[in-house]
Amino acid sequence: MGTLFRHSRHIVRMVGMFGVGLLAFIVLRAIFIPKGFGELGHYRRGALDEVASRTPVHAGRKACVDCHTDVAEKQKGSLHESVSCENCHGPQGAHAAAADPSASKPKLPDGEKLCAGCHEKSISKPRKFKQVDTKGHSGGAACKSCHAAHAPAPQVPASAPAPGKASPPVAAKAAPPAPAPKSPAKETKS
Amino acid sequence: MTMDRRNFLTVGGKFFIFTAAAGSALEYVLAAEPHNAPGYRTMDHWWAMMIDIEKCIGCGSCVRADKAENDVPLEPFYFRTWVERYHVDPEKEHPEVDSPDGGYHGFPEKFHEGDGSKNFFVPKMCNQCADSPCTQVCPVGATFVSPDGAVLVDKKYCLGCRYCIQACPYGCRYIDPRTETVDKCNLCYHRITKGLTTACAEVCPTGARRLGDLKDPKDYVHQYLRENKIQVLKAHLATQSKTYYNGLDGSVR
Repeated sequence: MGTLFRHSRHIVRMVGMFGVGLLAFIVLRAIFIPKGFGELGHYRRGALDEVASRTPVHAGRKACVDCHTDVAEKQKGSLHESVSCENCHGPQGAHAAAADPSASKPKLPDGEKLCAGCHEKSISKPRKFKQVDTKGHSGGAACKSCHAAHAPAPQVPASAPAPGKASPPVAAKAAPPAPAPKSPAKETKS
Repeated sequence: MTMDRRNFLTVGGKFFIFTAAAGSALEYVLAAEPHNAPGYRTMDHWWAMMIDIEKCIGCGSCVRADKAENDVPLEPFYFRTWVERYHVDPEKEHPEVDSPDGGYHGFPEKFHEGDGSKNFFVPKMCNQCADSPCTQVCPVGATFVSPDGAVLVDKKYCLGCRYCIQACPYGCRYIDPRTETVDKCNLCYHRITKGLTTACAEVCPTGARRLGDLKDPKDYVHQYLRENKIQVLKAHLATQSKTYYNGLDGSVR
């Protein structure tokens, strides 16, 4: 008992120092650790909101066909049914979100380049995929003179010379005739 | 019932403990919801990506859409997603891999039929690993796996130290030169929390890319995993990648 008393001043000082250190730690921690850190894991909770808060640039197919029902109808059942609008027409988030969509009208894509972008013949492409040597295939004629972009099965009158003769579509085993076009009067207008 | 001091302390103490626990539990649950996406609950989702090599035609639509969607610098060395062309010649020891501008402008043909080689495209992106090396090395917790399974970057908190760039075994990260912070594919988190699909899956003309939700029993991803021979990249690194490839060749690294 006596010894404890003899050293009690040191103990009090030590405990005091420890207390000051602890207080400093708590204060500094509160200052430097950002809000929400560690609530869900080793990261800031607010970061989730920040990442999620950006505005989409692509509107998504659903937004397109909400208004452009005629095009959706054309695409239905065609070879390009699953091709999304924004693949060819580019990102249209601003167009879709605008109060007056006609104000920011999207540009029509460059047909020839666009078709070749996917359908140019390549040894690396899957064999099932329809591909042509664009130079030999049409003899210079524009793609859309035979193929409507939204329903691309060829619309060639029987009397016309078959343009595919020079280089037939690779692996296009007798390209199926327009698979059940829904609208009988299909224009070759994209 | 008479309320003596002992009783009061017992009941009051219990009440105090349970309300505190319930309060913090409620706060925890509410905290996980990105506020900009009403109706979206992180615990209802566990996102994954499906990539079907047998459908990829190397058109580069995904690369262009991704750069537009996520404001990626246009210089040809910043990519959140890119497409590689593999040329596997049995005469050579290693496959020849190229990716001109990441596939942004497509792939001008440079190989010829009949040389006995195997040729195909491989789209690459962040694999959204469930047990990701990049999140483990971040010294400040600026990159993490979100509760719904997307690997995200906290741009405000990133130091730009580049540890994660070295740690990623798939080479999916880059430093954004404008902010000097790291950036990578975040599975279009701003889109998927709003019910849209990712930009790359949105524009893919052949359906080679698809977003899947492993927690949704009706999602196509389950059928895809069941009916195909699925591989992930670098499975031996145990990153628990959630980018599932169909038709992945053994030569792909």
